[in-house]
Amino acid sequence: MSVIYILLSVSVVIGVIFFVFFIMAVKSGQYDDDYTPSVRMLFEDELVKEEPKPTIKTTKNN
Amino acid sequence: MENATCFHCGDNCGNHVISFQEKSFCCNGCKTVFEIFNENDLTCYYDLQNSPGATPKEIEGKYDFLSQENIIEKLTEFKDGALEIATLYIPHIHCSSCIWILENLNKLNPGISDSQVNFGKKTVRVTYNSETTNLKSVVLLLSAIGYEPYISLEDFNSGKKDVNRSLIYKLGVAAFGFGNIMFLSFPEYFEVNEFWLEQYKPLFRWLMFAMSLPIVFYSAQDYFISAYKGLKAKILNIDVPIALGVSVLFIRSTIEIMFDLGSGFFDSLAGLIFFLLTGKFFQQKTYNFLSFERDYKSYFPIAITKIDKSGNENSIQVYDIEKGDRLLIRNEELIPVDGILINGKAKIDYSFVTGESQTVSKQSGDKLFAGGKQTNGVIEMEALKSVEQSYLTQLWSNDVFNKNKEDGFTNITNTISKHFTIAILAVAFIATTFWLFVDSSKAMNVFTAVLIIACPCAIALSAPFTFGNLLRIFGKQKFYVKNATVIEQLAEINTVIFDKTGTITSNKDSNAEYDGDLLSDSENIVLKNSLRGSNHPLSRTLYTILEEHNIITLDTFEEHIGKGIEAKHDAVNMKIGSATFVGSPNTSTLLNTTVHVSSNNVYKGKFTFYNSYRKGVSKLFNQLKKHFDLVILSGDNEGELENLKKLLPAKTKLIFNQKPEDKLEFIKYHQSEGAKVLMIGDGLNDAGALAQSNVGIVISEDVNVFSPACDAILDASKFKQLYQFISASKSAIKIIKWSFVLSFFYNVIGLYFATTGQLEPVIAAILMPLSSISIVIFTTIATNLLGKRLE
Repeated sequence: MSVIYILLSVSVVIGVIFFVFFIMAVKSGQYDDDYTPSVRMLFEDELVKEEPKPTIKTTKNN
Repeated sequence: MENATCFHCGDNCGNHVISFQEKSFCCNGCKTVFEIFNENDLTCYYDLQNSPGATPKEIEGKYDFLSQENIIEKLTEFKDGALEIATLYIPHIHCSSCIWILENLNKLNPGISDSQVNFGKKTVRVTYNSETTNLKSVVLLLSAIGYEPYISLEDFNSGKKDVNRSLIYKLGVAAFGFGNIMFLSFPEYFEVNEFWLEQYKPLFRWLMFAMSLPIVFYSAQDYFISAYKGLKAKILNIDVPIALGVSVLFIRSTIEIMFDLGSGFFDSLAGLIFFLLTGKFFQQKTYNFLSFERDYKSYFPIAITKIDKSGNENSIQVYDIEKGDRLLIRNEELIPVDGILINGKAKIDYSFVTGESQTVSKQSGDKLFAGGKQTNGVIEMEALKSVEQSYLTQLWSNDVFNKNKEDGFTNITNTISKHFTIAILAVAFIATTFWLFVDSSKAMNVFTAVLIIACPCAIALSAPFTFGNLLRIFGKQKFYVKNATVIEQLAEINTVIFDKTGTITSNKDSNAEYDGDLLSDSENIVLKNSLRGSNHPLSRTLYTILEEHNIITLDTFEEHIGKGIEAKHDAVNMKIGSATFVGSPNTSTLLNTTVHVSSNNVYKGKFTFYNSYRKGVSKLFNQLKKHFDLVILSGDNEGELENLKKLLPAKTKLIFNQKPEDKLEFIKYHQSEGAKVLMIGDGLNDAGALAQSNVGIVISEDVNVFSPACDAILDASKFKQLYQFISASKSAIKIIKWSFVLSFFYNVIGLYFATTGQLEPVIAAILMPLSSISIVIFTTIATNLLGKRLE
């Protein structure tokens, strides 16, 4: 039954790991602006337009 | 093509459409921005949103001060070698196109390595290489594409702001502990009495103890500090019973597990603090794009052009202006200090200061006051005072600006907590005494149980959740309130004081009434057409009011600056302008703004301008008059007295010619007589009154432009709903009182268990979260119903 020590320590360690991640996330400021990233992630496509997509075209032609 | 809108900014192009690549533009500025984007393959800007742009403004020389080392240093937040990072506030940020173009700045200027937009705060954080580019060219680039940053004196002093995230950390710690302790106390709840679980009981319990340590000593520390402060000031605030409950919970639980008397109440303890902190967190509603703390610094420029004795122009910091300095004020620049006009035609817009939109013309030798904006070319002035000593800025040396309105205000929770704490202590002592005689072994158990179960978690949550939710509902209705205390104070108001200009009147349009001989049709046509050619603000206003007429070409048209217009068409020769210019026979000085008209040297009559009052002003005042004392406190002359008397209920007090300090003193006097004052204003001239009043609300046509320091900002379109907002605040107080009743009900149940010595940890673990959650549900539903009524 001493397996409970392992189980307990695993559960606590996992909890602590997530807690540390949470603190790091808050500290990095990623919760400070909760709107812009939601818009920004939709932009990736337009960025390609600057160089007229050579890779995609070649793959399509093949 | 008549109603073509500009491809770039969406404005009506009018008669001068500029076509470029089959797209129409309203002006060359907009076309230039399009060309810049077009050349750099950035026209996607227009695909994301229709006409997202702004017309770039004339900025020549305006940002010369940005090449000064010491100013750059103040504005950049990070500097390492050639790498510089600056965060710029750009009021125009409003849509996804804005984010897109601003995050692609590196395509326009290779010196910029990265730019990141914070949409909520309307800022862009630009990282650039100071060897290949500099702050000035970044700002000039932004201005050239219609995103002119707003750099004010405020940026100069604030420097790097630290964000306070301690509440999130505390909440995180409490949530972590709460979840894990709940998890560990599960075996105890079901009392399985299984052999191995019994074996590991001490381990589980000490783990719970270890996890509760950071909760008690870190997460809950604010409650102990606040309780200590309250006791020191001899006030029994709500944090006193909370701190008492938390300490008793912790000490009793520790003793229980030390001597193996029971499992302790660590789960309840963690849950209690977690719920309390959630309430605190919920109550915080910040509007990133608004600031409630503005003073003159956010209006004033950082630097200004100084002309030295040999005639050279230098940028100097505004704080360095000394008496006797010669300053150059460009078009659209703000006058930073009081001074005397030396050169140039000054047309000063004092709308920042007074809310009055009409510009004032000044001649050489006239006195200019700080806060005015030059609107007509370049002027030269001599400073008479330094920035802090100027007439406008001196207002901020008044003590009211350093006072915190929340001090000295006992909120509803603390009012009830005083009686609550005494009652709970009384119950605890009576029950303990009783048990001392009946069964002394249980006495200590009962004493602590009462203090634990009576810990006023539910009471402490009522106000934060009610006000927090109402703050959000108000925010959706475009009534932006600074914090929860403001709603509470709004509910206690008994006097409402309004500013006139810009508050109950609208800045956007005004009315004019014609008084005199009727004009013939041909005269009307000439009048309309000559006004069309003039750029004077009064001409523009009058032009929009008058009926549409055919467009004709005038034979002659001459504008005499400061006097009026002379125009001729066929047989009609008209003069439009000031009384003396037109030759008005009636020279009695009138208080209202007038424009006189004569035709072929025969005086015809005059247009008198009246303020145009906001829609629903009269209705609002009639709603308010039943419950409040009403006052109009205006900085203007009495010209509008008769109009106001007609419009407003008879008991409204009308007071004119009030200087900013007079307004402040007026409110102070009435407060000393017991009035709870709501001040509603708009301009910097109301700043003192807004700070002195119990609640200061600013009316704003556009919430993104600057408004003086206040407790709440109300969008002008919602002005007529003011009464509904006040009564919603009053209903919120009622909701809180009802939820107090609800939490007393839970307390009575809990106290029954506690006083009879039957309080098991599992009962506490059910009862405490249950009461908290039902309070949260009750207040949320009730405030949402309240919000429905607002719509």
